[in-house]
Amino acid sequence: MRDKFLQILVIIISSILIIQLFFLQVINNENSDIVGKASVQKIYNFPERGYIYDRNNKLIVSNEPYYDVLIVPRDVKISDSIKISEDLNISVKDFKSRFNKAVKFSKIKASVFISSLTKKEYAELQEKMWRLSGFFIQKNSKRKYNYSTASNLLGYISEVNDYEINNNSYYKSGEMIGRQGIEKTYETALRGKKGVNYFQKDKFNRIIGKYNNGIYDTLPESPKKLKLTLDIDLQAYGDSLMKNKYGSIIAIEPKSGEILALVNSPGYDPSLLVGRERSSQYRLLNNDSIGKPLFERGLQGQYPPGSTFKIINALIGLQENVIQEETLFKCNGGHFYAKNAFMKCHTNEATFSNLNNAIYTSCNTYFAKTYKEIIESHESSSIGLNKWNDYVKSFGFGNYLGYDHPTGKPGFIPSSDYYNRWYNNSWRAVTTISNSIGQGEILTTPIQLANFAATIANRGWYITPHFVKEIENDSININYREKKKTLIESKYFEPIIDGMVDVVERGTATNSKINQIKIAGKTGTAENFIKIDGVKKQLTDHSIFIGFAPADDPKIAICVFIENGYWGSRWAAPISSLMIEKFINEKIERRWLEKYIIDGNLISEYLKPYTKKNFKINE
Amino acid sequence: MNSIKNYDIVSCLLVISLMIIGLVNIYSSTYFNEMNFFSLDNFFGKQLFFFSICIFTFFLCMIPDIKIYFKYGSIIYLLMVFLLIGVLFFGNEVNGSRSWFSIAGFSFQPSEFMKPVTALALAKFLSNIHSDIKKLSIQFYSFLIISIPLILIVLQPDPGTALIFLGFYLVLHIVGLPSIYMNIFTASIFLFLLTIFFGKTNMLIFLSGLFALFFVYKLYNALSKTRLVYYAISSIVFILCVDFIFNNIFEQRHRDRFNVVLGLDDDLKGIGYNTNQSQLAFKSGGILGEGFLKGSQTKGDFIPEQHSDYIFATIGEEWGFLGSLVTIIIFSVLLLRIIERTSTQRNLFHKIYSYCVITLILFHFAVNVSMVIGIFPSVGIPLPFISYGGSSMLAFTILFAGYIKIDSNKKERW
Repeated sequence: MRDKFLQILVIIISSILIIQLFFLQVINNENSDIVGKASVQKIYNFPERGYIYDRNNKLIVSNEPYYDVLIVPRDVKISDSIKISEDLNISVKDFKSRFNKAVKFSKIKASVFISSLTKKEYAELQEKMWRLSGFFIQKNSKRKYNYSTASNLLGYISEVNDYEINNNSYYKSGEMIGRQGIEKTYETALRGKKGVNYFQKDKFNRIIGKYNNGIYDTLPESPKKLKLTLDIDLQAYGDSLMKNKYGSIIAIEPKSGEILALVNSPGYDPSLLVGRERSSQYRLLNNDSIGKPLFERGLQGQYPPGSTFKIINALIGLQENVIQEETLFKCNGGHFYAKNAFMKCHTNEATFSNLNNAIYTSCNTYFAKTYKEIIESHESSSIGLNKWNDYVKSFGFGNYLGYDHPTGKPGFIPSSDYYNRWYNNSWRAVTTISNSIGQGEILTTPIQLANFAATIANRGWYITPHFVKEIENDSININYREKKKTLIESKYFEPIIDGMVDVVERGTATNSKINQIKIAGKTGTAENFIKIDGVKKQLTDHSIFIGFAPADDPKIAICVFIENGYWGSRWAAPISSLMIEKFINEKIERRWLEKYIIDGNLISEYLKPYTKKNFKINE
Repeated sequence: MNSIKNYDIVSCLLVISLMIIGLVNIYSSTYFNEMNFFSLDNFFGKQLFFFSICIFTFFLCMIPDIKIYFKYGSIIYLLMVFLLIGVLFFGNEVNGSRSWFSIAGFSFQPSEFMKPVTALALAKFLSNIHSDIKKLSIQFYSFLIISIPLILIVLQPDPGTALIFLGFYLVLHIVGLPSIYMNIFTASIFLFLLTIFFGKTNMLIFLSGLFALFFVYKLYNALSKTRLVYYAISSIVFILCVDFIFNNIFEQRHRDRFNVVLGLDDDLKGIGYNTNQSQLAFKSGGILGEGFLKGSQTKGDFIPEQHSDYIFATIGEEWGFLGSLVTIIIFSVLLLRIIERTSTQRNLFHKIYSYCVITLILFHFAVNVSMVIGIFPSVGIPLPFISYGGSSMLAFTILFAGYIKIDSNKKERW
């Protein structure tokens, strides 16, 4: 008999079972991982999303409740469908189609049956709920905007997508995430941290009590209030000035880098991108291919800076010692910068301009010659241009500024490499002469220009512009506290600022003078082109103004950019001066100017390229 | 009557402890608020009732002389075979199989009682002085005794219980069936699993290569050439059969169960649900367990049949690795003890009966636990003495009582 056989079999089998159990229960036991268990349901407890205030503690964004009717099809007495649809105030046909949709989703899991009830509808329905078995009302919360401005700046929230769910373990399907603007940058501060409660379920998915007496439960962490640098009244005023004009206004407090206003025109009401209608509204906004309301022009628009850029060439000229304040250049309504190459200027024949004159008359010739000298004062044009490029970039041009908003564009400041590639190494200062007057290859964004104005106001340094002033119980990025120095010594700024003051006093922007406030500024008129059906066409010039005030103790630096507004002092300069007046005096005395601006309408200008006919520009 | 010393009291205590483990965990698995201990409305009350019946039956089995069992063994066997045939026609259909008679509110599962009865019949037949297992005719009759109930149970169909009857072949092996049977059986199991796991084509290529190697390098010195050819042909035919049976005779649910265990399929919501949920229970039990009445999988009633076939999951979750270890050790000690006491048994009838007891308990224990922890396909067989179920508990009590009775008679023959 094979007695031993059985003994060995018993021992082997027991050992296998014990080893397998050891693996399951001791080595591989995910005891702490209660998530995967079907028997444990995690129910999240979401804190109310954080409020957003402006710099004067005015509430901009809060939350408001809305109510959804949810359905659990299994529990609905379908034989009463007529009565139920009466109670719910929908047609029987509508009821049936919604019901079938819900059944398709799940018979036992709740799904939304009617969404976003108003408070009144909610109150009425509340009384009938007792007889509607299988239905219940769920309270939700959505963003509430107290001002219909700064939509792109604030951003919006929407449901997380698959990518975010896979890449961030915090988010679960159906949760909300800041999608754009401040909501996105400060997502973690605004959302707080959800709490979680674990419940014991039975196999019918019914909750039968707290799991393990709630020892794993966590409390939600309340979100942080955000205080923006924005002055919401100034922002709203900017909106009204920009009516029927496309472009942007950016105002910065120079000494802190705080952005006081970021107006994007055309704008839209931020309440459009809220709740269940968000995606369809978003599509509508996205389809506006002329106004492009979702395009944050102030941050994303890359334009030639035009004559505002002359300031920087003057500064570099002074620093490089190729010009002095007294340096005179002759201008004959322009000049030949090379053989057969004439650059026009709007000054009279045989004008001799010094620096001050040149700035307030915006003399092309003067700055072209300055630029040429800057480039040519070095061993080669390449070295000269790179040196120039370093100076320009030290003002924050040609790169992302680093503000706390997720969108933006770097702009473009050409370097020698660029021209070497373009002109196959044979180029000189005059080849790139357009750089002197802010045309040609140079591209800047309005916020870079506003930052430029702030830098001049500070006489040579800036703090990275930013939108958030305070985060409750937290500090803002240290980067927004540090001064960034330019490569220009501060003494060279004074003569420039004198010139800029004269721009408003007696130069190109006299229409923007304010009696008690000394404004320093510079107008710009930038040629621009688009391609229509493959043909390059010139459009009406952009109207640009940069400036700051008061000139001696700057409180506000500003850049106004009006697309196709023609010359700088036509729209940009007066709008700037109104913004400055509003911010400093808090009231407008020049009502006539305000009315003229608000009534100004450039829409026909913007439609020109789309009429498919020939059109005139600069009318 | 025998003195109390002659009885295997230790084994009795081990069995009682298993039954108590069963009662405690059935209570926990089916616990709800304000449950009445002694009501027959709930599983625990019923099991408590069965428990007392079992104790009663145990003592009842001790009364008659051992010869009575020997004498009537074949008649009881025939009677039970008729019951098994009867259940195919008059049985209640539960979950698609006719395994139950329903009498006066109690259900009764003849296949459970067939287990001790077959043991009795087999022991009686093989212990006959003329029964030489080396003879083909004796082998045939032995197979017949085992196969009749097996086939009848397959017809119900109840593949789990049928599988248990395969255990009787092991008894034949122990009493001296030529080893060729065991070898062929073991080889078949391996080939079967490998074929399912690697697929027909791969296995055919692999085996052809293996046999080719044998021939090319003349590695067949130990074996004769003809035998090798014979092996080669039979294994290839077997593989083809397995493939055919698996894909054409098995139903999808059977295939799925194999696939889940072999890791070929990971359908956690469908067929793999049981296994996955019960594994989760073990994991959440950890080393020390979640505690009596605190198992979350158990409380949520996620594991189907958790009071009966999957009772071990409750032990694993609420009492942890410690609890499952203790249970396994009790089973092992019980089995080893019976084996040890049987090896000194001289009466062949007694000996063979005891071996049947051992193999039956071992098979149930091994298959049930490995199914619950997910290393064996899900087949519905209970854990002896622990799982809920009157028929099963009673049948095991009778089986075990037979052993105790036989064991107590050992000394008489000395």
